[in-house]
Amino acid sequence: MAEGDFAGRLVRPFTLTGGRTRPSRADFTLITMVTTVEPQPVEAARPQPEHTRILRLCAGPLAVAELAARLDLPMSVVVIMLCDLLEAGRITVRPPHHVTRTKPDLDLLQKVRDGLGRL
Amino acid sequence: MAGSDITAPAPTERPAPDTVKILIAGGFGVGKTTMVGSVSEIAPLRTEEPLTMAGLGVDDLEGIEEKRATTVALDFGRITVSDDLVLYLFGTPGQQRFWFMWNDLSLGALGAVVLIDVRRPESSFAAIDFFERRGIPFVIAVNGFHGEHPYPVEDIRESLTLPEGVPVLLCDARDRTSSRDVLIALLDRLIATAAPTG
Repeated sequence: MAEGDFAGRLVRPFTLTGGRTRPSRADFTLITMVTTVEPQPVEAARPQPEHTRILRLCAGPLAVAELAARLDLPMSVVVIMLCDLLEAGRITVRPPHHVTRTKPDLDLLQKVRDGLGRL
Repeated sequence: MAGSDITAPAPTERPAPDTVKILIAGGFGVGKTTMVGSVSEIAPLRTEEPLTMAGLGVDDLEGIEEKRATTVALDFGRITVSDDLVLYLFGTPGQQRFWFMWNDLSLGALGAVVLIDVRRPESSFAAIDFFERRGIPFVIAVNGFHGEHPYPVEDIRESLTLPEGVPVLLCDARDRTSSRDVLIALLDRLIATAAPTG
C-alpha cells in the first residue's frame, strides 16, 4: 500500500472531527435511529449549516440511512458529522435491535410477523 | 463503556423505535428494488457510497467499465411494524464485485430474501453462497417475468441444490401482497428454526 494512502487514513477523519476521536463511527449503523435533543444544549457552539440540516431532519427519530439519502451525502460523511453532534450533546442515538443467531428473539420475530400480516 | 449514555431514550415526545433489517439479494436486475418498493411505506430511498471509502484494493476495480461508476448505490425501504418497531429492507448491490458491502449489510440482519430470475438463475448463485456460508437464514423467491412462472417450484429447487428446509416461493416482485408473502415466509422460517424443538 502506498505510504501516502496510509497517512491519509490516519489524518483525514481526525481532521474532520476537529481532533476528537470519540464517539466512534462504530456507534452508527445504517439503521441506528438519530433524534435531535430538545432543547439544544445552551453552551454548545453555533452549529455548521450541514449540522443544522441534520438537526432539523432529526426533530423526530430518523435512521442514519434515511438521513444520508435525504441529505444526498455518502453514509460515511454523514456518520462523521453525527459523531460531532453526538459529542456535542445535540443528538441521541438508539442502536438497532441486537440480533444473534445463537439465541433468536422469538417475541421480536413474532412481532415482525404480525406486523407484516397486517399489511 | 459509554453505551448506556448512548442508548438512553431521547427526551422527545416520540421515542425512537427499535429497528431491524432484512436484505433483499440476488443478481443484477433481478427485481430487488422493485420488491423493496412494492412493500415499503415510502418510495425507495438511495444512498451512495464512494468506492474509495470502502477500502478497495486496486485489483477490485477491474471490470468497472466506466470511470463514473465510482459509487455503490444502496436502495432501501421501510415498514413500520408497530409503534415501537420499524423494519428496514435493503437491496444488496447486485454486482458480485461489491461483495464487501454485503458483509456490513448482513451484520445484524434478521435474514434475507434471495430473488431469482428463472431465465438466468446463475446470477443469484453468489447471493445463495454468501448467506449459506455465513449461516444467515434465507428464502428463495422466484420473480416471474411479467408475473409468469413457467417452471414448477420443485424443478427450480433441484436446479439450485439448496440446503434442506430452505423455502422456495414463486412471486411477483411488482405486487405488494406477493412481496409481503415472501417476507412472511422468511419470518415463518425464522420462527420455526428459533422455536425450541421437542
